[in-house]
Amino acid sequence: MPPRGKAARPRPARVAVLVATRKGAWIFRGDGARRSWRADGPHFLGHVLNHLVLDPRDGRTLLAAAKTGHLGPTVFRSSDMGRSWKEAERPPAFPKAPEGEKGRVVDHTFWLTPGHPGEPGTWYAGTSPHGLFRSGDGGATWEPVSGLNDDPQYREWMGGAQDGTPNGPKLHSVIVDPRDPAHLYLGMSSGGVHESRDRGATWSKLLRGLEVVEGFDPSRVQFHDPHCVRICPTAPDRLWQQNHCGIYRIDRPSDEWVRVGRNMPARVGDIGFPMVVHPRDPDSAWVFPMDGTSVWPRTSPEGKPAAYRTRNGGRSWTRLDGGLPRSGAWWTVKRQAMAADAGEPVGLYVGTSSGELWASRDEGRRWGCVARHLPEIYAVEAAALA
Amino acid sequence: MKVLIPSPLRSYTGEREVEASGGTLAAVLADLDRRHPGLRFRIVDEQDRMRPHVRFFVNGEQVFDLGRPLAPSDELQIVQALSGG
Repeated sequence: MPPRGKAARPRPARVAVLVATRKGAWIFRGDGARRSWRADGPHFLGHVLNHLVLDPRDGRTLLAAAKTGHLGPTVFRSSDMGRSWKEAERPPAFPKAPEGEKGRVVDHTFWLTPGHPGEPGTWYAGTSPHGLFRSGDGGATWEPVSGLNDDPQYREWMGGAQDGTPNGPKLHSVIVDPRDPAHLYLGMSSGGVHESRDRGATWSKLLRGLEVVEGFDPSRVQFHDPHCVRICPTAPDRLWQQNHCGIYRIDRPSDEWVRVGRNMPARVGDIGFPMVVHPRDPDSAWVFPMDGTSVWPRTSPEGKPAAYRTRNGGRSWTRLDGGLPRSGAWWTVKRQAMAADAGEPVGLYVGTSSGELWASRDEGRRWGCVARHLPEIYAVEAAALA
Repeated sequence: MKVLIPSPLRSYTGEREVEASGGTLAAVLADLDRRHPGLRFRIVDEQDRMRPHVRFFVNGEQVFDLGRPLAPSDELQIVQALSGG
């Protein structure tokens, strides 16, 4: 006779929160309940770390995008969760220009994306200035994706250093369709959202419905500034976007974005950097609004930090600030500095430019501070450990 | 030739002072990279330009040209011009 009582719940994967900062990286390992966190770090103390990402295909390989104030950019790889690191043999770099031409130079690798689950070892990197690179060997060697980087039209849209964000133009939000490794999306700040259906050989723009700063011409690709684009893992025809000019959703095959941020409270607005999607529910997503008024302070509106969540595809948004500072907190949360885990309920993680890491293990209702006094946080990723 | 290595690059060499050979600054840097893989790209970019905060001194004199001829008796010093906070 089988034992009576509740069936044992499947044991959830342990979560590691990967924090990349302007002065190094930290790994926060959670207990099974995500109540307590053990800090492992600093890794690469003094290096500028733009992104630290765990390969979900094996749960133990880490890639880190690094440079220092004086040394050129590189990528480090660890196959033992950060106990040891090996530098890429050929980091992302543009081809040498022909004699007499001014060649491009990668200032830093900004974004790392693991490839399709069916293509182990494949990774994508987005750089500043704009460049897309691919590795087929787990990050040891990188090749430029020439179909984007060298396309004359795209080179015009990429603009120059003066067209990008204050810390240089960024190619970011590299997305691989979980149904098709040849179907890619990416964002360029500035330069818009684009997709490829042939592994990056050719690209087309995906801008309909997106607004640009008042007074500028939305038909000009250079003026579009997507801050963060995410795909819904369980409904990959749906993408969400936090743009310089609002929060958007698109449902493919439509090619028109809808500004669902119009449904945010007017006094908060719909400006910000990160966008986080629910791992299972395509109608649920979170943002962390920033003040986009007057001179664009890009701090929490009125000094009162909060996440906002929609459960209905953006038709309405709910403020989530339980446990967060009630006032006097002028946070900036960058585009890579908010993440969700795959737990039930979903855990959320936010890193601030003032070096604080906050977590919620109930989908944003209640928040707690995990770490203070870190360097400026550039990126936060929540990863399931093997 | 003796090459003096600044502290940010010692993770590659393990030593403050190493040996490398070559008839030009470019050739010496290529040899350094063969002996200490990855070092060159941190100080010279993909267009073969010196990176902004790196300086090269030969026998105490600053050199701006990677084609500068060098002799085995020369001493090369690589310097990181610290900047920022």
